[in-house]
Amino acid sequence: MARFSLTVNGRTRVVDVDPATPLLYVLRNDLELKGPRFGCGLAQCGACSVIMDGDAIRSCITPVNVAQNRSVTTLEGLGSVNEPHELQAAFIQEQAAQCGYCMNGMIINAKVLLENNPDPSDDDIKQALDPILCRCGSHLRVIRAIKLAAANNRATA
Amino acid sequence: MDTATISRRGLLKGGGALVVSFSFSGPASRALAQTGEIPRPFTAENPALGTFVPEPGDYLDPRELDSWLAIMEDGGVTVFTGKVDITGTRTALAQIVAEELDVTFDSVTMVMGETARTVDQGRTVGSRTIPGAGKQLRQAAAAARQELLSLAAGRLEAPVRGLIVTDGLISVTDDSAKSVSYGELIGGRRFDVTITATGYQRNLEVAPEVQPKSYRDYKIVGTSVPRVDLPAKFTGEYTYTPDVRVPDMLHGRPVRPHTAVAEPSSVDESSIAHIPGVVKIVREGSFVGVVAETEWAAIQAARDLKVTWSTPQTQMPADRLEVDRYLDETQPVRERTRPENRGNVAVAFSEAPKTLAAVYHWPFQNHGMMNPSCAVADVRGDEATIWTPAQGPFTTRDRVATMMNVPRKNVDVRYVEASGTYGRLTADDAAEDAVLLSRATGRPVRVQWMRDDEQVWDPKGGQHLTRVRAAIDAEGNVTAWDYEDRSMPWTESQGMPQLAERQIGIEPTHFGNANGTGGAGTIYGFENLNVESKTIPWIFAEPMPLRTAALRSPGEPPRVFASESFMDELAAELLEDPVRFRLKYLAHDQRISDAVRAVAEKAGWVERPSPLPNSSERILRGRGVAVDQRGGSIPAAVAEVEVDRTTGRVAVSRVTMAFDCGLIINPDGVRSQIEGNIIQGVSRTLLEEVQFDASGVKSVDWMSYPVLRFRDIPEVEIVLINRPEMPAYGAAETPIVVVPAAIANAVFDATGVRYREIPLTPERILAGLHTRPVNA
Repeated sequence: MARFSLTVNGRTRVVDVDPATPLLYVLRNDLELKGPRFGCGLAQCGACSVIMDGDAIRSCITPVNVAQNRSVTTLEGLGSVNEPHELQAAFIQEQAAQCGYCMNGMIINAKVLLENNPDPSDDDIKQALDPILCRCGSHLRVIRAIKLAAANNRATA
Repeated sequence: MDTATISRRGLLKGGGALVVSFSFSGPASRALAQTGEIPRPFTAENPALGTFVPEPGDYLDPRELDSWLAIMEDGGVTVFTGKVDITGTRTALAQIVAEELDVTFDSVTMVMGETARTVDQGRTVGSRTIPGAGKQLRQAAAAARQELLSLAAGRLEAPVRGLIVTDGLISVTDDSAKSVSYGELIGGRRFDVTITATGYQRNLEVAPEVQPKSYRDYKIVGTSVPRVDLPAKFTGEYTYTPDVRVPDMLHGRPVRPHTAVAEPSSVDESSIAHIPGVVKIVREGSFVGVVAETEWAAIQAARDLKVTWSTPQTQMPADRLEVDRYLDETQPVRERTRPENRGNVAVAFSEAPKTLAAVYHWPFQNHGMMNPSCAVADVRGDEATIWTPAQGPFTTRDRVATMMNVPRKNVDVRYVEASGTYGRLTADDAAEDAVLLSRATGRPVRVQWMRDDEQVWDPKGGQHLTRVRAAIDAEGNVTAWDYEDRSMPWTESQGMPQLAERQIGIEPTHFGNANGTGGAGTIYGFENLNVESKTIPWIFAEPMPLRTAALRSPGEPPRVFASESFMDELAAELLEDPVRFRLKYLAHDQRISDAVRAVAEKAGWVERPSPLPNSSERILRGRGVAVDQRGGSIPAAVAEVEVDRTTGRVAVSRVTMAFDCGLIINPDGVRSQIEGNIIQGVSRTLLEEVQFDASGVKSVDWMSYPVLRFRDIPEVEIVLINRPEMPAYGAAETPIVVVPAAIANAVFDATGVRYREIPLTPERILAGLHTRPVNA
């Protein structure tokens, strides 16, 4: 066991865990966050995505010690039901989910996409989100939601 | 607050928030069960189970109005339903109740799938929640509204016929100053009213004597009310089953081989001695599992534990061909014929100048839940509390009661949503694992299967072998249709012991339910018709990974793939346009004909026979149609494909669907279901096949069991056909049934090659193209 200082959603938290523990389990079990989700543990589905220093990473295969001294943002860090982030608001507007389990991966990766490309085409979105799996088939709504968020961003920029 | 002292009666006084809030407080909240309020036992006839007489406390009594809904002090309405939420039914059922009660949509809160607090309305399967449970709740709400009006008539000293209700406020029609709200009338108190209820589960008939509202007066039903669950799902605030945390909870993992499970001959405890936090290695029968203080320790322990399994009696089949041979050569345990069967097929064939026949093949497929199976169990002595995303919480309760050999009322199952299940959680494996692990450790245990557990042990959609033949007269009319589908039953049916149960020695007592009989060409008006579904036995000495359960629209994507591909083969043989050809045999059915015409129009269908002339282009484009009817809902699809002649790759560029499910409760909800069905249908048609050999299942993750991704998502066009004067039929799984055939027919149109085996992989496509060279 070892102590790690993690900065998650702007707050610094100290955890005492096995250094090999994937970040996902620390976020979910030690920090009691529900945004990042377990889907495969193999970096194959994207449900566990978080943003670390501006990049979307798979927390299920990232050992906790890698996150030490870096800034981690989870879905909770973007917004809440009462004050949703513009992406979250757009997903609500488009009703862009069925079971919703993959939505953490969708929104986290969309956030990073829009930061690099504020006006993505359908193909840009498909390419960026291709590694993120959705089994219910909400893909078309996700694409619409991201385009709506991008348009709203540009309108208010 | 000490939850142990809270009764259902007390809860009502506490207001809606307490009743519906999710409790992390563990076994203490077991007292939420009907403390001191034991419903009268009632007898009900269940066709599947015979006459069923529940023990006191087994079920809430559907003849008590209070079993269905409660009015809170603030006028809020809490609705109790035994159904669980599958992608939007929480919202749609609330719309139905709000409409019938004349309250605002926002005032309704749903309690779903809790065995101690809801009526058993049957499992959430078969697209039956809206048509079945929706109707039951509508009638219960109508009965409640009638009772509220009666109470108000007394309070306001006015006749019921002189009262109107607006948003939960009852007023005297000609003196609106005289009014009383639902909350004032009965808020926080029980109705203590008996209503009529007969039957059981899906056949439960509730208050049939009460006249519900006319659809002409609907204000909430038929509108696209946004889903109540979605905002929190986009922000990380939603609690799914894997988020359930109970005090003192441990983390558990089962350990299973990727083949049939025999007894472990040795379990080397020293192999995980180095992992800190392991609490126990649990062995019971052939079940092996690990329990640890942390999730990471449990994961490592399950991964590293050295188990030597003895040789199973059950040999896995070597490949798909061997299963096909088995299906073909084995005597069925059940043969089902369709009620539509008519005429004399044998005579028609003997007299026909021309006949056509084909055989179709469908593989084992996985449900592929995004969240592998997960549940939390807290076993204390002869009682258990279980948090699970099961599609049948009452089934889980009954199975666990059997496992523990305790009365059903000792098992309290609470539904908590997880990822989409598509039939997978008709078998609640993780809950049973968690029960064994909790019982062995005396502490609550959360079980989260890993991805390979889920892919390997998913109770799969079964393999199908389907033969179709038709007789054609001298004028080119189809005079007879003869269809035989052979598949395995659901080994994980309701009433069957499931994985962990079998591992501790509970043996199956029957063969399992047949994988449905629908979707086999029965919609067509052929003069002579014979449709049979043959159920081939599939129970083995030990549990084995090619076990089976309902998979989104049970058996129907395979059966309709065969029937609607064969309709296309007939049309091609007779040089007729595939849409016109179908309509010719659908003249007796206005709704199905309407759907076919609607989809053809929306897709811009141009009449001509298939296939297109042979072309030397690299990209071959084609279109295909398919239609079916299931449980009152009608999907009709046109698929457009591009086939790359050099790579064999099929891309589905667009799918258009016309869909008629009678009365539409929530149009956007139905659209969302259709989009999802189409995308999942494309995935199953192009990509999905469980890989296995004699040594075990080889599809262990998303690389070895790929599903459709963003870059391959088709455009989708939808025509909703609303029939508000009709009952509401299901939409959850009906749209998928026509997608595979529409795609295969489009590939035929493009290439001139008929593919009769799913999935349409590049290898299969290339092999087929070699049979039709460009210059042929």
